[in-house]
Amino acid sequence: MDHNYFIDQGKKATRDGFGEALHQLGAENERVVALTADLAESLKMGKFKQDFSSRFFQVGIAEANMMGIAAGMATTGYIPFTGTFANFSTGRVYDQIRQSIAYSGKNVKICASHAGLTLGEDGATHQILEDIGLMKMLPGMTVINTCDYNQTLIATLAIAQYKGPVYLRFGRPAVPNFTSTSQNFEIGKAIVMKKGADVSIIATGHLVWKALQASKILAEKGIDAEIINIHTIKPLDIAAILISIQHTKCVVTAEEHQMNGGLGDSVAQLIVRNFPVPMEMVAVNDSFGESGKPEELMVKYGLDVPNIVAAAEKAVSRK
Amino acid sequence: MTDIKKLEEIATQIRRDIVRMVHKVQSGHPGGSLGCTDYFVALFFEVLNHNQDTWTIEGTGHDIFVLSNGHISPVYYSALARSGYFPIQELNTFRHLDSRLQGHPTTHEGLPGIHIATGSLGQGMSAAIGMALGKKLANDENVVFSLHGDGELQEGQNWEALMFAPHNKVDNLIITIDYNGQQIDGATKDVLNLGNLKDKLTSFGWEVLEMDGHNLREIVETLNNAKANTYKGVCQAIIMKTEMGQGIDFMVGTHKWHGVAPNDEQLGSALNQLPLTIGDY
Repeated sequence: MDHNYFIDQGKKATRDGFGEALHQLGAENERVVALTADLAESLKMGKFKQDFSSRFFQVGIAEANMMGIAAGMATTGYIPFTGTFANFSTGRVYDQIRQSIAYSGKNVKICASHAGLTLGEDGATHQILEDIGLMKMLPGMTVINTCDYNQTLIATLAIAQYKGPVYLRFGRPAVPNFTSTSQNFEIGKAIVMKKGADVSIIATGHLVWKALQASKILAEKGIDAEIINIHTIKPLDIAAILISIQHTKCVVTAEEHQMNGGLGDSVAQLIVRNFPVPMEMVAVNDSFGESGKPEELMVKYGLDVPNIVAAAEKAVSRK
Repeated sequence: MTDIKKLEEIATQIRRDIVRMVHKVQSGHPGGSLGCTDYFVALFFEVLNHNQDTWTIEGTGHDIFVLSNGHISPVYYSALARSGYFPIQELNTFRHLDSRLQGHPTTHEGLPGIHIATGSLGQGMSAAIGMALGKKLANDENVVFSLHGDGELQEGQNWEALMFAPHNKVDNLIITIDYNGQQIDGATKDVLNLGNLKDKLTSFGWEVLEMDGHNLREIVETLNNAKANTYKGVCQAIIMKTEMGQGIDFMVGTHKWHGVAPNDEQLGSALNQLPLTIGDY
């Protein structure tokens, strides 16, 4: 049965979906271990810590050491889930991830909360908008950016089944929960949330709900948008994207990330080599963020519903 | 009873391997490799609980060794080959195209004996701690050994790891510092002084042992004693005094041979000082 993605089942934070799934994994799989760098509560790892204390490792404010320990534990056959903010999960520890995890082929799940502008008031020091790019450049790294509580929950369960390094990116604030946990989470498989004929809107993370809202406004303007949720940025679902743009003949990407290095970059590379069509990108344009409320920041930095609507109209006009 | 004469013969052969490997490709790091040869011989031929035939990357049921200062790969590769992990002829491929013997050790090409890639410095101790924690969780009562350069301790990640292990009683890990006082740009005391390393480690909560890295009997005894003292709630670090370039008169005691290969004439001179023992590859 098709799921109606336009219904918000009630706002919940994506990170809560991670914490819930991690706890479930703790009960199901004794090989799952969890590590944090002094952010257990922010990452919602408290239930895991309480019920599986022998498999929970508080590393202190020492992310480089955490990544190395995770690589070592993975070597001996465990499935480490590291939890800290996206900034400290990627840029701060890039070389540790590159050598000890990615190049070494270790089965580590790098789970990163507070990604992007929606971290809010803490400001640009903590609002990483480059992490998808950093992670997707690493050979063999799987990169996933989930859009709501339910998707984060099933993605967390799914990556435990997959053998290899994974970067799982999610956020801080409560956002609409609109996907279904009864669907399988298939790594690398796009989800067509709404079929449409005029423009393909390819969105990831918090921008997926906004893309769905944009499609309603576009419909009023006579533009029938197809909404595709790319939760796995790497490996990219090439077939799903090409099938969509071959009938819509134009594309918009939407993400809470820098334009450089993000989902838009990956889609652009794909279409320019296979099926060039007009393309617009909704993303942060070579800028750091700043302090503010999440929604204020999304407006100021051009990541809101009207920005997606305008980008879609422009893409259609360029056909 | 340890046969020291046999270990000395192996050490001489491994030193021949090191200079021949580095000479052939005109690249690599002979200085630290020669300095740590006796440690590798003691570890691989006397101390480690390992079995080349049942080796797996997970290291289950075996002791695990992690080389953090991955640039001394020549001695690591020779010790692995000489203890049967892969054919000694493969030492010919060191640093050449399509080789499993990469410039720095890696799991990426599937070389038996390697558990994790190292080379970018300062990362091995954290990984070794993770492996030790994994062994404890799995009730695998074997031990993790790791080797670190002294200059490498300038990397801050080591001090995160040095703080973590005693706090968490990671007592099935034996770290050894190759204390040769040299690094690429000169003496460690001039580049960035380590100060009183023993006091630093002690103040971080480690039990610190010291040994002469060129006395095979002392290395074997110290490592065996440390191993007997594992799983007793203490973290053990060994400061191992070595000379960079040990065994070859024109290379010993200077940082100049850290990452420089000998020419034909220098190779001849080096091999004259290292008599053939078990046989060249």
